[in-house]
Amino acid sequence: MATIEEPKNKLKLYSYWRSSCSCRVRIALNLKGLSYEYIPVNLVKGEQFNPEILKLNPLGYVPVLVDGDFVVSDSFAILMYLDEKYPQHPLLPRDLHKKAINYQAANIVSSSIQPLQNLAVLKFIEEKVSPDEKLPWVQYHIRNGFAALEKLLKDHAGRYATGDEIFLADLFLAAQLHPAIKRFNVDMTPFPLLSRLHEAYNELPAFQNGMPENQPDTPSSSTT
Amino acid sequence: MEHKSQQRDLATSSPNLVLYSYWQSSCAWRVRFALNLKGLSYEYKAVNLAKGEQFSPEFERLNPLHFVPVLVDGDVVVSDSYAILLYLEEKYPQKALLPDDPQRRALNLQAASIISSSIQPLHMLSMLKYFEEKMGPDEALLWGQSCVEKGFLALERLLKDFAGRYATGEAVFMADVFLAPQIAVALMRFKIDMSKFPTLGRIYESCKGLPEFVGSLPQSQPDAEQ
Repeated sequence: MATIEEPKNKLKLYSYWRSSCSCRVRIALNLKGLSYEYIPVNLVKGEQFNPEILKLNPLGYVPVLVDGDFVVSDSFAILMYLDEKYPQHPLLPRDLHKKAINYQAANIVSSSIQPLQNLAVLKFIEEKVSPDEKLPWVQYHIRNGFAALEKLLKDHAGRYATGDEIFLADLFLAAQLHPAIKRFNVDMTPFPLLSRLHEAYNELPAFQNGMPENQPDTPSSSTT
Repeated sequence: MEHKSQQRDLATSSPNLVLYSYWQSSCAWRVRFALNLKGLSYEYKAVNLAKGEQFSPEFERLNPLHFVPVLVDGDVVVSDSYAILLYLEEKYPQKALLPDDPQRRALNLQAASIISSSIQPLHMLSMLKYFEEKMGPDEALLWGQSCVEKGFLALERLLKDFAGRYATGEAVFMADVFLAPQIAVALMRFKIDMSKFPTLGRIYESCKGLPEFVGSLPQSQPDAEQ
């Protein structure tokens, strides 16, 4: 049985409201009932290159988790760390096959979708191809990834992505579905399973509290 | 779809491992290296990406994203090298590819993630092809180089206080499995000057000396072209 573990020192999370990678971790912290200090890093203003941030995270990425002396960046590494250290509300099923489905779904998002919509890539497309190419580019890669996810999950989904409980795949999916729908206007008609999952995530406070519009650094004018 | 199968006799035989691979795929290379390290034999099934075999209906059933590698273990199908590594690690724990120490464990997961999310997807061949069409081969190459350099700079910073002979100490782990093929591609395809990344360069030299790495080289594969 998973014991409830509490951190000795308050957790700190370096995050940007709109970063879907940060969103994954925010949801996990909520699910595990772990409170944390939210330290905003404005990526658009380049705050990730501030000396204080760079010292903690030389990569200049968000999210970064600080747990006492332990510093870890990269959402996947953070989630695995959290799951081992604070086993309440486990993020992975026991069954190895189902676990592998979760890993695959997470990686479809983290390798085949999200990297292609981050700021640096979009800026490059805008400058070297054209500003009009940005949205079709993002939509193309999201649709590609979503089509693969529909196929991967169709024999495994229940109420959630890989059954009737929330696991790792759901965190990655929720964080990706949100910008796909709200920011990039992807037509979800071809993706009935993902659409259903999106609705299911909307009902969960742990997910909603992790969404971009509900963060301390969300601009007051923004809903997405 | 052409199959070239080859039984590899390594230390331990395993039930039913089949690896769908392309000799030049750096992602498939990671898994070949890992399987060798764990002493797992497997059947090699070639998917000729240059000829578009990844779009065959049979392969699409295995991986709707049309990427190699795909591992088939009995009735379990796992695609994506990161997912495959974690699966292998749990199913076949011999020669652990993740250390027990939480800090080093996290480092390995981070390093592998930087490569599999922030570097390789941005310069894979299909991506480069798109950029070549849109902005010409020179710009596309510059883009590839800049992705690799940015990622390598991050990895150099991440690993420099922890690396020994290998990425996170004196033993080979997941970070090395991802790093060595990525460095090989960086050298071959993008002519990256590795003197800018001394820690990474040293790790690569160490990996090159391993028979498990040599056995995983593109040119050692059944579908290698001369």
